[in-house]
Amino acid sequence: MAHAAQVGLQDATSPIMEELITFHDHALMIIFLICFLVLYALFLTLTTKLTNTNISDAQEMETVWTTLPAIILVLIALPSLRILYMTDEVNDPSLTIKSIGHQWYWTYEYTDYGGLIFNSYMLPPLFLEPGDLRLLDVDNRVVLPIETPIRMMITSQDVLHSWAVPTLGLKTDAIPGRLNQTTFTATRPGVYYGQCSEICGANHSFMPIVLELIPLKIFEMGPVFTL
Amino acid sequence: MLDVEAQEPPKGKWSTPPFDPRFPSQNQIRNCYQNFLDYHRCLKTRTRRGKSTQPCEYYFRVYHSLCPISWVESWNEQIKNGIFAGKI
Repeated sequence: MAHAAQVGLQDATSPIMEELITFHDHALMIIFLICFLVLYALFLTLTTKLTNTNISDAQEMETVWTTLPAIILVLIALPSLRILYMTDEVNDPSLTIKSIGHQWYWTYEYTDYGGLIFNSYMLPPLFLEPGDLRLLDVDNRVVLPIETPIRMMITSQDVLHSWAVPTLGLKTDAIPGRLNQTTFTATRPGVYYGQCSEICGANHSFMPIVLELIPLKIFEMGPVFTL
Repeated sequence: MLDVEAQEPPKGKWSTPPFDPRFPSQNQIRNCYQNFLDYHRCLKTRTRRGKSTQPCEYYFRVYHSLCPISWVESWNEQIKNGIFAGKI
């Protein structure tokens, strides 16, 4: 989960998110370099009475500072597209979970075998135990195994919602009449938080998502949570 | 209704619907609906021919895994009332 006043990305819990963090660092470095260069040039221009004749009526210079940004953009686009196609790879999942958005809670269905279906409501402030996270903890968490490709099918029963877990690099819209598929593999156990990411009414900020990722051996032993 | 227990693989061996190249995109609603239709068509054809409906269990497992249960229940209700829009 994020700590207070956090600005940067959360630590990655899936290989795709690791790639996204690296890409973000790459793109941000380019942005900082360009911004610094432009600001410096602007500063120099504004603090001198002299005129620089190298940059007026200079076609070669104009060509260079047109093609160079184009090349920089290509250097940003190529890793970006690489990650985009990586998220679309066919990866043969081992488990399918359905996540259905309602106003204002999530329903999770584990129906590969049998039918485990439950609702996940945010814990109201009066029901928080010491140590619980306000506006983030829920009554029933989504328990999943680590190091297993998992397929999430996300839809909604009423209005638009969005199922997001930043540490896994996931955000998928829950659209009524559509069944969106997303896949992920978690690399380490833990409890990971996310929040509904599409405005859906009065309690849009109060329908969080909590994943509890546990070792596969323990997951296989059967339902590990109480309803 | 078919026996869900009969379809369970050996303990410790998880499986889930495989990648279906007929539906490669993000919206899998057609995948869910098609398997639902295929299951009922399979049941209807095989019972009409007096054969065992065991091979239809694959479609049952796929749609059971992919489709939200509320959709399945409402479709089953429509089939029971004879108002289901799909061709079975």
